[in-house]
Amino acid sequence: MEQLLQQIINGISLGSIYALIALGYTMVYGIIKLINFAHSDVYMLGAYIGYFCMTKLNLGFLPSLIIAMILCTLVGVTIEKVAYKPLRNSTRIAVLITAIGVSLFIEYVTMAIAGPNVRSYPPMTGILAKNFDLGGINVTMQQLIILGTTIVLMILLQFIVKKTRIGKAMRAVSLDQDAAMLMGINVNTTISFTFALGSALAGAAGILVGIYYNSINPLMGMLPGLKAFVAAVFGGIGIIPGAMIGGYFIGIIEVLVSGYGNSMYRDGVVFAILILVLIIKPAGLLGKNIREKV
Amino acid sequence: MKGILEKNWVKGLISLILTFGIVQVLISTNIINDYLQSTLATICINIILAVSLNLITGFTGQFSLGHAGFMSIGAYVCALITLNNRTIPGFILGVFAGAIVAAIVGFLVGLPTLRLKGDYLAIATLGMAEIIRIIFTNLDSITNGPAGLQDIPQFTNWPWLFLYTAGTIIIISNFIRSSHGRACISIREDEIASEAMGINSTKNKVTAFTIGAFFAGIAGALYASTFNFINPKIFDFSKSINILVIVVLGGLGSISGSVIAAIVLEIINTYLQSFADIQMILYSLLLVIIMIFRPQGLMGSKEISFSVFGKLSSLFAPKKGRV
Amino acid sequence: MKKAISIFLVLVFTMTLLAGCGSKVNENEIPIGINYELSGSVASYGQASVEGIELAIEEVNKAGGIDGKLIKPIKYDNKSEHSMATTLAKKLMTQDKVVAVLGPATSGAFKATIPEANKNKVVVASGSATDDSVTVDESGVKEYAFRICFTDSFQGTAMANFALNNMSATKAVVIMDSSSDYGKGLAKNFTETFEAGGGTVVASEAFVSGDTDFNAILTKIKGNDFDVIFISGYYNEAGLIIKQARALGIDAPILGPDGFGAPELVELAGADALNDVYFSSHFSVLDTDPSVADFIENFKAKYGKEPDQFAALGYDLAMFVIDGIRRAGSTDPTAIKDALAATTDFSGVTGSFSIDENHNPVKAVVVVGIENGVHATSQRVEQ
Repeated sequence: MEQLLQQIINGISLGSIYALIALGYTMVYGIIKLINFAHSDVYMLGAYIGYFCMTKLNLGFLPSLIIAMILCTLVGVTIEKVAYKPLRNSTRIAVLITAIGVSLFIEYVTMAIAGPNVRSYPPMTGILAKNFDLGGINVTMQQLIILGTTIVLMILLQFIVKKTRIGKAMRAVSLDQDAAMLMGINVNTTISFTFALGSALAGAAGILVGIYYNSINPLMGMLPGLKAFVAAVFGGIGIIPGAMIGGYFIGIIEVLVSGYGNSMYRDGVVFAILILVLIIKPAGLLGKNIREKV
Repeated sequence: MKGILEKNWVKGLISLILTFGIVQVLISTNIINDYLQSTLATICINIILAVSLNLITGFTGQFSLGHAGFMSIGAYVCALITLNNRTIPGFILGVFAGAIVAAIVGFLVGLPTLRLKGDYLAIATLGMAEIIRIIFTNLDSITNGPAGLQDIPQFTNWPWLFLYTAGTIIIISNFIRSSHGRACISIREDEIASEAMGINSTKNKVTAFTIGAFFAGIAGALYASTFNFINPKIFDFSKSINILVIVVLGGLGSISGSVIAAIVLEIINTYLQSFADIQMILYSLLLVIIMIFRPQGLMGSKEISFSVFGKLSSLFAPKKGRV
Repeated sequence: MKKAISIFLVLVFTMTLLAGCGSKVNENEIPIGINYELSGSVASYGQASVEGIELAIEEVNKAGGIDGKLIKPIKYDNKSEHSMATTLAKKLMTQDKVVAVLGPATSGAFKATIPEANKNKVVVASGSATDDSVTVDESGVKEYAFRICFTDSFQGTAMANFALNNMSATKAVVIMDSSSDYGKGLAKNFTETFEAGGGTVVASEAFVSGDTDFNAILTKIKGNDFDVIFISGYYNEAGLIIKQARALGIDAPILGPDGFGAPELVELAGADALNDVYFSSHFSVLDTDPSVADFIENFKAKYGKEPDQFAALGYDLAMFVIDGIRRAGSTDPTAIKDALAATTDFSGVTGSFSIDENHNPVKAVVVVGIENGVHATSQRVEQ
């Protein structure tokens, strides 16, 4: 029982990270139907910016987090303006290849500048290094911070999307771009804003991972990015609570497979569940099946 | 109409023989040395992969991100067979067994997943390819796990590569011009409309998917036999992406586009090897730039026509009339 | 279709143009191939090795080269892909006409280049391919393959004996990197020796390189009763495993192979977590031998950082091959092969060694103990 609880705590920390990345995927997909492969590299950049702030500028956790989020926002918006916007009217697959190109570009430029080596965050001190022992179950302060930051950011995001003007515009654009434009919504601004939001979240996820695992490298985004995307599809792509549920679900499943089965089959089980969900309920857990009209 | 086709047929045959002969001469005179031969092999394998993926994604409009999975099946089956039977018949058996197993898996995977549309299908095929890879990684006793199989007998040479590459191109382009192929194209254009016209879309999609998987299996088998080494990591997600990049760069729905793109990309890669440190940066930049300025790919959905060569040959035989 | 094939024809000519651009061999230079993982998953090993190699070549060239001929390194990136490693080995041997190829760093990629070496009769040598079957297998010694590091079976055995004899351990847990020959080979050798010596391996867990979250398997292990943990993997994952294990309250001694020997291990695990950790090493920056001190100083001057063991092995590897060329008295690859096979008492920064009949060095392993993140103890185990 103790072990199960401990495993679930492990799973929730892992799931929080997937959820944060998945949110960015899901928002961008919801609005322009693009699998933004570069998103996972914005996450990686977030980790590197955090590393730079903490080691070179000697900033604390919170200022580093904010700087990482701001810079990632800029990067995300720039990527959209430079690489995706010229392709707004071409096929989705062309944009997808561009996304892959951008992703490789960010990875290898980072590698050229920062080197391919794994880098590690400075050791956390004081409150950040606290370790709680709850009757044989171990919870670290870092796990609590990850969970806390994730929840706060998600509530904030939900608020922006549901209650603000720009959020309404985002929902309108995702429903029907042309109609939204006819209603006087500035589609370009809205899309840029979506990229900004998603990238800020990815930046936050990057720095949280840096603190939690203490290990960052230029290719660190690839696998979590893929899994986060799976999480987004799992929960119903384009749906914000779906991405959260998907993220946590995948985190916990992974941990349980490693803990009670064979860790080598961890990813296999995740993908098998994904395929099952897609076949049974193609729009994801929370998605609505839309019949195609002729 | 028929006459033109026949004429083209003869011309095609001549250019096939020419291509084969010239390269063979270049190899025997060592102008294409050992190293360039492996580049040549990579090109041929990539052509087979790209043309077969083009059938699925370009012509039938089904977005697949799992081509590397089928490739890995062909590679492992062929490797295991040739490791136990190091003869030419063993190699031929290995290639076809690999292709058939890949096709069977393609059929089994395609049947349920091809109901999905667009990105959902893409992500399902991606998941499928990852599962195949994880199975190969964990079947330690058969596949030697993550470390992979080594010392696979090397049978592929230019004649074999040429045979398989030309065969793939001929079979797939004939399939596309058959009634099945037309049906596939109509599904790409509008699935509902084509169903209304009485086309069984599931059957045609699964057929295209199975054929695509079959040739991916051949490509995998050739890969194993060329590089005499395979491990599951070779066939990961980025391999599928690389194949897709070739297809999109050449133009969705253009076989000659896929052929050109496979060749051009490999040549670019070879050149970039001299800039080892920034190779990937240049490659990715090139990808983005090409997509921004030519999103439909190099060829769009057009095929290169013979007229270029026709004009060339008319220089030598000016009095022959219409070529 | 036929059109497609005819384009094929035209572009084949472009290929032949490419063939024309092969580099010309200069009489006053000795070309040596460098085929390393400069990008991709194990790029850090490749890059560190190449730094060591380039330092060695620079030193040799500054001192006048080999009989007045300068060494010309030709460097390619195999992207940590085995097929790329094979292709590049082929390119180096047939197109660039190198006299020997250094690298790749990892056993799998290095093995993939050996068939080319034997076919083209050019030596390939690796500084860090520790897998047993690299230079010799059932079919005999791979004639043109050399290495200058000890083998996995040797270090696996050494660490198992260390656990049994020095720590009086009877129960061990093995955590293995199952994505490399290295991790698998080591785990096998450790387990065999440990069980032959009367110990039991109570649990075996596996991970793949690139994993970052080990909490699940560590939580599972925690339920067992054991004396030591053996992690057969590289520092990237080992550092994180140690950190997460200590955070979960697992305080058993942790043993590991030479893959632990990088400064990054301390950074990744954190100094606080690095207690009671022992690993087998090729090289230690704490070595006070004057030639090692010189190497560390020169390395720092050139790259502004301390060398890790890959850099040291890369340095030794280049020196070893250059020594072979010098003793061969010619750049004929077969003569170089014979000279390398006859190496005795080569003195390098990773220790002095002779090459045995299996093309492996006879070399000692040093078990380094880490306390509070600092290399505190060391113990030499001879082969």
